[in-house]
Amino acid sequence: MSVDVATPLREKLTRAERRAIATKGKLTSPWASLAAVVIAVLWTVPTFGLLLTSFRPEADIKNSGWWTWFANPSVTMENYSTVLSGSSTSFSTYFVNSIAITLPAVFIPISLALLAAYAFAWIPFRGKEILFVAVFALQVVPLQVALIPLLTSYVQWGINGSYWTVWLSHSIFALPLAIFLLHNFMKDVPASLVEAARVDGAGHVTIFFKIMFPLLVPAIASFGIFQFLWVWNDLLVALTFAGGTADVAPLTVRLAELSGTRGGDWHLLSAGAFIAMIVPVVVFLSLQRYFVRGLLAGSVKG
Amino acid sequence: MLRARPQLEEARMTTPMSSPGGAVASPPGPVDSQPDEEAGRRAILRRRSLVSGIFTAFGLALIVGAVTYVAVYGFPEWALTSETTVQKLSLMVLAIAIFVMVMTLILGVVERVKGMRPSLIAASFLAPAVIGLAFGLVWPAIDTIRRSLLDRTGREFVGLDNYVTALTQAEFQVVLRNTAIWVITVPIVATIIGLVYAVLVDRTRFEKAAKILVFMPMAISLVGASIIWKFVYDYRPVLEGVPAENQPAQIGLLNQIGVWLGLEPQQFLLGAPANTFYLVVVMVWIQAGFAMTVLSASIKAIPDDIIEAARLDGLGGFKMFRLITVPSIRPALVVVLTTIAMGTLKVFDIVRTMTGGNFDTSVVAFEFYRQSFVQQNKGMGSTLAVILFLLVTPLIVYNVRQMRKTEEIR
Repeated sequence: MSVDVATPLREKLTRAERRAIATKGKLTSPWASLAAVVIAVLWTVPTFGLLLTSFRPEADIKNSGWWTWFANPSVTMENYSTVLSGSSTSFSTYFVNSIAITLPAVFIPISLALLAAYAFAWIPFRGKEILFVAVFALQVVPLQVALIPLLTSYVQWGINGSYWTVWLSHSIFALPLAIFLLHNFMKDVPASLVEAARVDGAGHVTIFFKIMFPLLVPAIASFGIFQFLWVWNDLLVALTFAGGTADVAPLTVRLAELSGTRGGDWHLLSAGAFIAMIVPVVVFLSLQRYFVRGLLAGSVKG
Repeated sequence: MLRARPQLEEARMTTPMSSPGGAVASPPGPVDSQPDEEAGRRAILRRRSLVSGIFTAFGLALIVGAVTYVAVYGFPEWALTSETTVQKLSLMVLAIAIFVMVMTLILGVVERVKGMRPSLIAASFLAPAVIGLAFGLVWPAIDTIRRSLLDRTGREFVGLDNYVTALTQAEFQVVLRNTAIWVITVPIVATIIGLVYAVLVDRTRFEKAAKILVFMPMAISLVGASIIWKFVYDYRPVLEGVPAENQPAQIGLLNQIGVWLGLEPQQFLLGAPANTFYLVVVMVWIQAGFAMTVLSASIKAIPDDIIEAARLDGLGGFKMFRLITVPSIRPALVVVLTTIAMGTLKVFDIVRTMTGGNFDTSVVAFEFYRQSFVQQNKGMGSTLAVILFLLVTPLIVYNVRQMRKTEEIR
């Protein structure tokens, strides 16, 4: 404590805080503040409008804009119950499909990539460099290029329109990025740590589980959330392989279909859109830290 | 591994109980306990490797059996049926369980077989990923290039005809024009907005909250975002000969703002080429958050002394932004621009959800889908996929080079 008192105030502040003091006054320009507020409003109002709409009675939605709600507030949950269990929409079924598609499609590529990344990072073998560059280069391939031949194979095997095709495709498409990313993180583990374990007689399996895995949890989390958002929000892969059936198709496919066939029914579309959004938004907000870390590590999937 | 663990625990737990039994035979004494313990440990190891050996062999047999079954009889009907929630969730659990078993098997074999050559260990770790990639990306990419030289049914060889059509026919030229509009405007506008916002909220009291607002659209699907904006663009037909106060209320925000400003309501998504720009807005709305996050991080990484020095030289406000901030984060700016450009090239959800590719709004990624799966013209679809591939490649090469440079600077 006494040391703290003795040190000048300046030293006690973190670097960021000192920078904050130094740059203070930057935002005092009213134009700058205005610009920031305008952007913030543009980025929130469209979502807010649809969210409010989803709670308004159908007749109100058809006859007045959502901004009139403040003068004449009335709230209903009916849109949500119609969308979830109504026979023509049945979003609850598709919600289950989305979950059933997403969990394996996140779990499988992460485990495969962990194994492969460990081999690339810590096991010496011939042709490693070339193989790694090849895997890395596969990120170039847009998945559109793979769809037609894959669909042909799936049809031949008679598994088209089942979960297996969607799981398999998502897992494979995720591999190049996942291997690259996890490899980068694994390389950062100090070699001395691995050496020490090896001297103690630990084999690759032990090193993999006892040393790599615990250190890699943040990296796995950042790729996991990425892949989760990607799979949950995906339309192209699901549309191509799962089709539109209630047995397999996820929420995005159903929502897009609803928008095409009943584009004017905003009471259904608004509630449906938020049912599709709620899970990724919650995951995103609670794991935001890892997501940002993943982004900054160059994990940008295209 | 997950499965093997409980068995290992069991093996560990049973041995302490059995070792006292062994200790009865040998006379008790401090001298003898040492080798005895050693023997006990060896017994544990032997038992452990026996258990894992049995497990590995069992797993191997199971997988070989399952693969043979599927190869001979095809997938069983129950594995393809997912009508009820219970079926769906059990299939999901089954998929994960199969996978855990494959992983356990690989790790079990590697752990069990002593003195395995490193290259063999590497091969068994890499095998599933490499086989998957070869089957799901490498071979399909080559096959798609081959198909792009065939006609719509995939039987007749037509040379480069599809490419000529894609590049010269009027309807495809609209597609190419739109793609160009997207790939130029989205990265530039999203990056500018992201950068400006990042600078404006940097180190303010409400920075975190302000960032989340712009960041949030990244969590939303492109389909969801399209619906949000379709609602903003919604249009109610204007009735002829009806006074303004009796016209039907506009429920789309943009048209209502127009009405408040005294403009005629209009159908934003119908008139080309303006409608493409209204679609572009959606992508900008989603990507600005990405630009902001990456750029904000690199702004914070600008060394203090540079800023301090510039301040002492009397720089501030916009000049600081133009002369110090932007040049310092140039590599990050390039990475952000190219990354967004790549994402934009591949986007098809927005076009499909908002206009269905009608009214001259189609782009290459959407046209690929329409030709392949709606028109059933696989030759043309493959051609468009290859064109997309060719458009993306230089961007990625450039992007990777920039990333390398950025890392060197760091």
